[in-house]
Amino acid sequence: MDSTSPKTVRPEDFDLWIEAGHTEKHYWADLWRFRELLVMLAWRDIAVRYKQTVAGFSWAILQPFVTMVIMTIVFGRVAGLQSIGNAPYAIMVFAAMLPWQFFANALTNSGQSIVANSNMISKVYFPRVMIPGASVIVSLVDFLVSFAILAALMVWYQFWPTWRLLTVPFFAVLAMAAALGPGLLVTALTVRYRDFRFITPFVIQLGLFVSPVAYSSEVIREKLGRVFAYFYSLNPLVVVIDGFRWAILGSDVNLFTVHNAISFGMGILILIFGISYFRRTERSFADVI
Amino acid sequence: MTPAVYVEDLSKRYLLGRSSPGQGGLRHALENLVTAPMRLFGGRKEERTTEFWALRGVGFEIAQGDVVGIIGRNGAGKSTLLKILSRITEPTTGRIGVKGRIASLLEVGTGFHPELTGRENIFLNGAILGMTQTEVRSKLDEIIAFAGIEKFLETPVKRYSSGMYVRLAFAVAAHLEPEILVIDEVLAVGDAEFQKKCLGKMKEVSKSGRTVLFVSHNLPAVSLLCDRGIYLRGGQVMASGEIGPVLSHYRDDFLVEDDATPDASHRRGTGAHRIVRLATETERLPARAPISFSLEIKQHRDEGPFHFAMHVRDEWDTEVFSVDTAYLESGLLQPGDRKLRIEVDSPWLFPGRYRIEAFLHIGGIVDHWPDACRFEIDGDVAKQGYSLDSAKNRAQTLASFRIKESAG
Repeated sequence: MDSTSPKTVRPEDFDLWIEAGHTEKHYWADLWRFRELLVMLAWRDIAVRYKQTVAGFSWAILQPFVTMVIMTIVFGRVAGLQSIGNAPYAIMVFAAMLPWQFFANALTNSGQSIVANSNMISKVYFPRVMIPGASVIVSLVDFLVSFAILAALMVWYQFWPTWRLLTVPFFAVLAMAAALGPGLLVTALTVRYRDFRFITPFVIQLGLFVSPVAYSSEVIREKLGRVFAYFYSLNPLVVVIDGFRWAILGSDVNLFTVHNAISFGMGILILIFGISYFRRTERSFADVI
Repeated sequence: MTPAVYVEDLSKRYLLGRSSPGQGGLRHALENLVTAPMRLFGGRKEERTTEFWALRGVGFEIAQGDVVGIIGRNGAGKSTLLKILSRITEPTTGRIGVKGRIASLLEVGTGFHPELTGRENIFLNGAILGMTQTEVRSKLDEIIAFAGIEKFLETPVKRYSSGMYVRLAFAVAAHLEPEILVIDEVLAVGDAEFQKKCLGKMKEVSKSGRTVLFVSHNLPAVSLLCDRGIYLRGGQVMASGEIGPVLSHYRDDFLVEDDATPDASHRRGTGAHRIVRLATETERLPARAPISFSLEIKQHRDEGPFHFAMHVRDEWDTEVFSVDTAYLESGLLQPGDRKLRIEVDSPWLFPGRYRIEAFLHIGGIVDHWPDACRFEIDGDVAKQGYSLDSAKNRAQTLASFRIKESAG
C-alpha cells in the first residue's frame, strides 16, 4: 500500500494496464471474451419485444407484408411502374423490401441502443459495440423471418428461383455491413447529440425513395441519365438491393455495373468510418451519456 | 511480490460548463465548427469551461489477498476511482496495473430486465458481468439457493418484491469469481438479515485469498471486513494502510476541516445575506439537555425574506437531525442584519462530535456554509443502557425547536 518508486514496477508483471488512450490493446481480445454477451443481449431484446402483445411474433411478418401489399397496389397497379423481366411486381418489391426493412430496423434500433442501455454503460465494462451489434442481430432475425413471406409469395406466383438463390447469404452479409456502418455512426452520435433521435427516422423515410425499392435501379439510369445515376449510386443500399434482386429474380438484373461498384465502395467506406468513429468515442460514453 | 493493483499518479478531469461535449447539443457543435476558423484569428475568447479534478495524483498499491476499504466523504473521488478501475471511464493521466482477472460491482442487477424471469435474468446478468454461460450454469443451483427464490424462478422479476429482486441480483454477483473484486456500496441494500448474509459472503470471498476493494459509507461494515484502508479527500489520498489508523484519521479530519473558515466569498449562494456566526454556548455540551445556538446574519443586498436551515451531522457524516424555519408557520426571516437564537429542545444526541451544515435559502440557496459550527456532547450514555452502535447507523430525527430575537 505504501508508495513505491516507479522503477520497481515492471509492466510485464501485470495482466492489464489501464491508461488514457490505452484500451486499444485489449480491444479484439475483449470482443472475443464477451462474445456470449452479444448473443444474450440480442436474445433479451427478442424475448422481451413481443411480451404483452396479442399478435406476438407475427408482428415481424405483418409489417413487411402489409408494406409490400400497399406498394404493389400503389406503385404497381396505380402508378404502373414496371417490374423486371417476367418477375411479378410483388416479388420484385419484396426482394427489395427484405434488405430495406433490415437496414431501416437495424439503423433505428442500433441508433437508440446505447442511450436506451445507458444504465449498463455507466455501471459495467464490456466492449460497447456489443449493444449496437446486438440490435443489428435482432434485425437480422426479423429479416430471416420475413424470408418465409418471400417463400410463400414465390409459391403463390409459381415463380421458381435459379441457382443464384444460393448467393443470398453473401448479400445478407453485405446488407449487414451496409447497416452496421451508419448504425455505429448514428449510435455514437446519438450519445452526444440526441438530435439524431429525430434525424434518423427522417433520413430513413427519405431513404425509401432514394433506394430502388419500389422501382428497379435500371429505371433511374433510363429516365434520369447516366450522370445522375452515378450520384444515385452513392447510396450503399443500391448494390445490396440489386444483389438481392439478382439472386432472387434471376437473369434480368444487371449486377456488375460501375454504379454498383460505386455503391459497394461507399458501403465499405461508411463501415470503416463508422467503426473508427465509434471506437474513438466509445471510451467517453460513460462521461457523456 | 507483484501487487494485485498498482496505481500511479492517477488523475481524472471533468470539464464542466457549456463547452463540454454533449451539453450544447448538435447546434452548438455546428456553431463551433463554423466559428472555429474565426476564433483562430480573433484570438482566444473567454473560456467558458471550468475544470473539475475528481482525482488528482492518486497513487497506491494493493497486495494480493488484501481487503481494502475506500472511504471518504461524498465527492471525495471514490466513485471516480472505482469507475476508472472498472474501465467504465478512462483516466486523464496516470495508470493502473492489474494482476489477475478483475470484476467490479458498482451496482447489483445491472441489465436486469423486468419482463424476463428470474432464471433468464441470472443468465443475462451473468453475461453482462463477464461470466460465460457454462460458468453460470454450473453455479445456477448455488445462486438460486443463495437468493432464496426457488419458487419464483419462472416468474418475471417485475412481480418480485424489492427484497427478492435485490437478493437475486446480489446472488449472481456474489458468485462471480474473479481474482480481484471491486464493490461499491452494494451492502446498502436489502433487509438486515440479507445484509448479514452478504457480509458473510464477502468475508468468505476475502478469506479465499482474493483481493477485494470495497467502497462504502457504512463504516462499521468497512472496519469489520477490511484489513486495510484508503482515505480519499478532495480527490487525493489522505491516508492509507492499516484500517484502524485510516479510520481514526478519517474521524480526526472531522475536526480540522479546511472549510471551517468563515470566508463567505467562497461560499455558494446568491450572497444577499451571509451567516457570520453560528455557535453553541460552549463547545462541550451535556447529553440530553436542550441546546441553544446563537446565529448572526449579515445583509449584503436586500433580496427579500429568507429561511434558515441547519443539518447536524455526526462523526460518520450521517445527518442526525435538521432544523429549518420553513417548517415553522411564521418562520420566514425578514431581511437585515440579524441576531437570532435557536433553541432545540430534545435533540437526544449521543456523546460524540458533531458538525453543522448551515443554509440560508428562499427557493434557491442564499448562503451555504458546509462547516458552520462544531460541538461535542459529553457524557456516557452507554452506561444508561443505550447502545453506541446505533448512533453509527443512519439516524434522522426532527427536533422540536423555536427561533426568536435574542436580547443582545
